[in-house]
Amino acid sequence: MKNKQFRLTSRSLFWLKGLMHCIGLLPIIYLVLLVFNDKAGGDPVQYIIHYTGVGALNALIATLLISPIARKFKQGMLLQTRRLVGLYVFAYASLHILAFFSLDLLFAWGLFFEEVLKRPYILVGAAAYLLLAALAFTSFKAVMRKMGRRWQKLHNAIYLIALLIPIHFYWSVKSEIIEPILYFIMVGLLLGIRLKASRWWKQLSVKSKFKGREINPES
Amino acid sequence: MNIIKKAAWDKFKDCDVTPEEVYHDRRRILKQMGFVGAGALLSSQANAGVFDLFSSEEEKAAFARVALPHAKQTEYDHLLYGELTPENKVISHNNFYEFGTSKTDPVENAQELKVNPWQLVIEGEVDTPLTLDYDDILKMFPLEERIYNFRCVEAWSMVIPWVGFSLANLLKKAGVKSNATHVAFETLYDPEQMPGQKNRYSGGGINYPYVEGLTLAEAMTDLTFMSVGLYGKTLPPQNGAPIRLVVPWKYGFKSIKSIVRIRVTDNKPKSSWNLLAASEYGFYANVNPEVDHPRWSQASERRIAEGGLFSAKRIPTLPFNGYGDLVSGLYEGLDLKRNF
Ligand code: HEM
Repeated sequence: MKNKQFRLTSRSLFWLKGLMHCIGLLPIIYLVLLVFNDKAGGDPVQYIIHYTGVGALNALIATLLISPIARKFKQGMLLQTRRLVGLYVFAYASLHILAFFSLDLLFAWGLFFEEVLKRPYILVGAAAYLLLAALAFTSFKAVMRKMGRRWQKLHNAIYLIALLIPIHFYWSVKSEIIEPILYFIMVGLLLGIRLKASRWWKQLSVKSKFKGREINPES
Repeated sequence: MNIIKKAAWDKFKDCDVTPEEVYHDRRRILKQMGFVGAGALLSSQANAGVFDLFSSEEEKAAFARVALPHAKQTEYDHLLYGELTPENKVISHNNFYEFGTSKTDPVENAQELKVNPWQLVIEGEVDTPLTLDYDDILKMFPLEERIYNFRCVEAWSMVIPWVGFSLANLLKKAGVKSNATHVAFETLYDPEQMPGQKNRYSGGGINYPYVEGLTLAEAMTDLTFMSVGLYGKTLPPQNGAPIRLVVPWKYGFKSIKSIVRIRVTDNKPKSSWNLLAASEYGFYANVNPEVDHPRWSQASERRIAEGGLFSAKRIPTLPFNGYGDLVSGLYEGLDLKRNF
């Protein structure tokens, strides 16, 4: 006899979410340990900014991975973890900016705005962060219901964020471009999967097949 | 200026804090979860994350440094602004892309660099070309300790007690010919020892060997220093052992490390960062708060000093990094905004 197809139950979802929280929190505990044991290099400030920045980006990649995985393995329930992982993106990004603002700029507001204007990569990061914040604050079920169709429209901004962050990364480095390029490729693949799955793409390819024969593929 | 000598940075062994196995395990788990940047997966050598810090300390012995007899030269101390950066920070926060592009890569990957035997060649427009071996480098001139401000182009800074001698002494010994105009420098090229040189990407896109250059006038200024040590001992590899340049009024990338060739020339030599991005890094690279890097401000700097996370200071950057009185004369008539 073949096994019944595996399906996520709400109980296993509970445990899965617990696991995800661990994966989200452990690196922060680890960072704290590193810093307080003098293991975060000679300049822990820069180390923390980089660590939390890359952490946010990794969480973002994880968020974008959920729906392709759910589709592939037919586990619709998995989609319910997107909010949790997405909020970790926001949490890491918040720590990242807080570290920059408190430890690097030492709460110098003037300098903050000056730097935002002088460093275009920070402008890009700030734009991404504002969008992330909008998504985080509208991630509650009640808000979601209230917003109706507009909710999905707004939350499509995650794709824009996914493009902005690697730009922010690429632009911030002196010349070590290999890592940001890897993230560009990953984001490209993840967006590509979606493009392919979308009807628009299907239509486009059907149209091109019938091109020149003047046959309406819809009919 | 009181020199605060810190104990070696491994004063607290990891195991005092967390059992060793736990650390290792956590390291493995974190790696599996992908919480190291994507680049770390690419080249374990050049991009080894901080997670290797723990193992490297246990598995690889740190580079052996020896004490250097020296006299204290305090002539330039009045130009310092700030206390000494503790030794453990000076030797664990480094840009030395030959050993990887993150700040913690050099201390992890450079410990096995062979510095003895070494060969430093002085050639080009000189009367007597010289070839110095390791002992010559340390013993040819009486050594001085000089404390200098150090400003990185990335807008962080330190105050460092170097040990060494004036470059001018070395050039005088070789005898500079009258047609000479510049001095070119070259770092060791040895991909076997320097993982960042293995391919262009693990080394941040630089076309190795790393090269730098000065005008002859800059090179002959007493302030321009050949360092063979810091904090009273020979240089560790991550700081450029066995011999490096220190040009304190210029951004740190001019202060080329682990030098094997000094060539006196009659034309302007190439410099690595300028070759990589001429619009961002000029040949002069004098510290200048008025000329921003195209992507960030140079008006202030984060001083890496004594103390923990919350003791960091952001201070204004000074023209010529505080050495204007001594060196601004070298640039008379030159538009420093265009010749950055
Ligand atoms: C106002 C918003 C932001 C500010 C001021 C900011 C600031 C910075 C700074 C100062 C750096 C380090 C540059 C350097 O010195 O090397 C950086 C790098 C980075 N940031 Fe941001 N950032 C912002 C938003 C974000 C957001 C929203 C994310 C991700 C969701 C992000 C992800 C990253 C990443 C991945 C890096 C590269 C880290 C590395 O070089 O290893 N940033 N950011």
